[in-house]
Amino acid sequence: MSTHTEHAENPKTEAVKYVATLFVLLILTAITVGASYINFGSGNVVIALAIATVKATIVGLIFMHLLHDKPVNAVIAIAGFIFLGIFLMFDFIDVDSRSNPQPINLHAPPAAAAPAAGAPAAPAPAADQRKE
Amino acid sequence: MEQQFDTSKIGMWLFLVTEVLTFGGLFAGFGLMQNRYPQEFVEAHEKLKRLAGATNTVVLLVSSFTAVMAVLMARTNQGKKCARYLWMTVGLAGVFMCVKAYEYTADFQEGLFPGKYYSHHGDLIAGSHGYATFFSFYFMMTGLHGLHVLIGMFLMGWLAIRAKRGEFSDKYYTPVDLVALFWHLVDLIWIYLFPLYYLIT
Repeated sequence: MSTHTEHAENPKTEAVKYVATLFVLLILTAITVGASYINFGSGNVVIALAIATVKATIVGLIFMHLLHDKPVNAVIAIAGFIFLGIFLMFDFIDVDSRSNPQPINLHAPPAAAAPAAGAPAAPAPAADQRKE
Repeated sequence: MEQQFDTSKIGMWLFLVTEVLTFGGLFAGFGLMQNRYPQEFVEAHEKLKRLAGATNTVVLLVSSFTAVMAVLMARTNQGKKCARYLWMTVGLAGVFMCVKAYEYTADFQEGLFPGKYYSHHGDLIAGSHGYATFFSFYFMMTGLHGLHVLIGMFLMGWLAIRAKRGEFSDKYYTPVDLVALFWHLVDLIWIYLFPLYYLIT
């Protein structure tokens, strides 16, 4: 069905639409490059990723025809990004909930705390030996 | 016929989703390491050539445009024009790869290698693994992306030859449409790679 409606459209207007899309994408690229030279602190990441997402959406809707295509393709695409989002979200929750990532935590505490830290570690090898 | 076309397209979209998830995994890894070595990553990213990256972004966006025009020509029975737009896309992809080759060469000359081969001198945090980690991710992700570009070039060259022979029409243009979808995904991945590697400090 949708392919037939595409046929009904004038190829000239389609081409004009694609040229306009390309210009919007190029302008957004210029904005994102320009913004990277200005220091917004942590805002830089947000701006860069927001613009990238806008660009990706435009490419998806117009160049990849999702806007006028059968909805099932859009459902598949959106589902993919939702799962990617879940994956990334749990990753970053994990990172955020750690006070300090790895090796730094493994350093021996200074001075008096050192033997105390060593003590509970001692029975562990014994337990391993018992298993053998 | 139309049902076949629709089915092929769904299959292509499922494949594209697996591609998104593949690169998503790599992006997640990059994000985690960025969190672990924030200073090293900022310093390492400044060694990348921002202008070359921006040029490549423009090149890929224009190539996406020529790819979508090729689809339009195929489905309006203009085989010759379709072939021409496909060759233009191949050419732009070639430009992308040349710029990438220039970047890689310049990086290698500075000793910016991935992993244990990293041999750049004068880093602020001497002995940190952060720099080598950054370049491991950089070469892995841009390399995998570059491989996709090469595959895309090969596919579009093949389709251009077929288009010139007049094999595509409004009744059958499935291969052009699907390869164009693949090409837009390659563009889409670069849209995220570029700011994350070249721009964000």
